[in-house]
Amino acid sequence: MYSEKVMDHFSNPRNVGELEKPSGTGMVGNPACGDIMKLTIQVEGGVVKDVKFKTFGCGAAIATSSMVTELVKGKNLDEAEKISNSTVAEALDGLPPVKMHCSNLAADALHAAIEDYRKKQAEEAAAK
Amino acid sequence: MNRIYFDHNATTPVLDEVFDAMVPFLKDQWGNPSSIHWAGRGTRKAVEDARESVSALLNCTPIELIFTSSGTEGDNHAIKGLAYAQKNKGNHIITTKVEHPAVLSTCKHLQKEGFEVTYLDVDKDGLISLDELKAAITPKTILISVMYANNETGVLFPIKEIGQIAKEKGVAFHTDAVQAAGKIKIDVADLNVDLMTISGHKLYAPKGVGALFIKRGTRLVPLVHGGHQERNRRGGTENVAGIVAMGKASGIAIRDMEKETEHLKTLKERLEKGMTERVPHIKINGHPDKRLPNTANISFEFVEGESLLLNLDMKGIAASSGSACTSGSLEPSHVLVSMGLTHELSHGSVRFSLGKSNTVQEIDYLLEIMPPIVERMRSMSPLYAGAK
Ligand SMILES: Cc1ncc(COP(=O)(O)O)c(C=O)c1O
Ligand code: FES
Repeated sequence: MYSEKVMDHFSNPRNVGELEKPSGTGMVGNPACGDIMKLTIQVEGGVVKDVKFKTFGCGAAIATSSMVTELVKGKNLDEAEKISNSTVAEALDGLPPVKMHCSNLAADALHAAIEDYRKKQAEEAAAK
Repeated sequence: MNRIYFDHNATTPVLDEVFDAMVPFLKDQWGNPSSIHWAGRGTRKAVEDARESVSALLNCTPIELIFTSSGTEGDNHAIKGLAYAQKNKGNHIITTKVEHPAVLSTCKHLQKEGFEVTYLDVDKDGLISLDELKAAITPKTILISVMYANNETGVLFPIKEIGQIAKEKGVAFHTDAVQAAGKIKIDVADLNVDLMTISGHKLYAPKGVGALFIKRGTRLVPLVHGGHQERNRRGGTENVAGIVAMGKASGIAIRDMEKETEHLKTLKERLEKGMTERVPHIKINGHPDKRLPNTANISFEFVEGESLLLNLDMKGIAASSGSACTSGSLEPSHVLVSMGLTHELSHGSVRFSLGKSNTVQEIDYLLEIMPPIVERMRSMSPLYAGAK
């Protein structure tokens, strides 16, 4: 039922784990099914230099998690923010209809991580 | 690659003996069993012989058995048919929260028509309380429907005791025995059951044929109106080949029951014991003893069931997570949730349901590949680190 790309990312997920000192962390639950993803990013000079993920979820959740880390690496924050659930699903050659909601998890975690980074930046600036 | 099938509660392969028995009725013996001429006489006899074999599996008389198109039809027929026949007597039905959708959706539908339904809770072992059942019965209660064996966990319900309660209160009793038939000995004469559903494809016959036991004297409104087939209880020209197959499969089930039960028990115990020894943080779901000999439902903490199934599939192993009928739904198994499992534990469940052809070597292969799969998936789980 899954595309070859999904199975490839599921079997050999890229960027699994957690960064030790992340600039931003996004931990989200999927409201539809309750699955969970944690994404950590390292931002340098406005660019996402490194990224890692951990996911408790179905095959599609793991594949989309892996794909979003590939898509975001090396992008500046504005570009990164534009990555949506459909960008991720398309990059995987699509997902079965009942699994479309799974791609929300990856996009939501990415946006949460960026937001967390921006919040921290703002706090640091205010403290200065 | 090895191909290993551990999903016999979803469906079973058609046995060679069964296939051979049904083939003539797809080819040379194509007559309509209702015809009085030469073309129909042979098929009529085949249908009636099959009815005897299936009756023997349940220990009822052949007159008390009709053939259906499926377990789902049998459940619908029993529940709606009885509810409609007794609607002047009352409008209350009692069932459980862990029934198959064939029963649950039928009951939900009847609620829309004005019937009232009580869904009994189950405890952590997956069993109902007989006191709660007794307390739920009112003068308006017309039907109790409790499954014989649960499809997800294999938990066996106390059918004889429930039948006794139903009999004392004068309430009809239906049991969905789709998962029990062929796996354990069933004796309706001893059980005080009025209606029992079974299905061919769970006992090595093909899909699309089932049977419903209707105790003599039990009135049902037909579900399928039509010709005079099945003594006016179900219209439609009989699925002769399917019925013959179900008869053959029932005969084989009776013949091999003792040996088969031993075989399945041995494998299941090896699986559960081996898994417990090799994989930490697991939970075996369902009552420790009151379970089918073939079903092992195991929750692997911190990981999700579908991703385990995909990994197993890549190694050639077919198993399932929750009920095959509900895959495609996002909800965790209603059965496991009703048993009080947390969201994560019910999401992380895998059902291994064993069958005739499985071997010790296959169980050992599973036990060899499962620990690294679970370990790899756990290393990717955000829930695991926190729990260590
Ligand atoms: C307990 C139970 N009841 C009913 C059914 C439905 O039977 P069928 O597939 O023949 O419609 C199943 C099959 O999954 C089952 O496990
Ligand atoms: S089912 Fe939950 S993320 Fe796919």
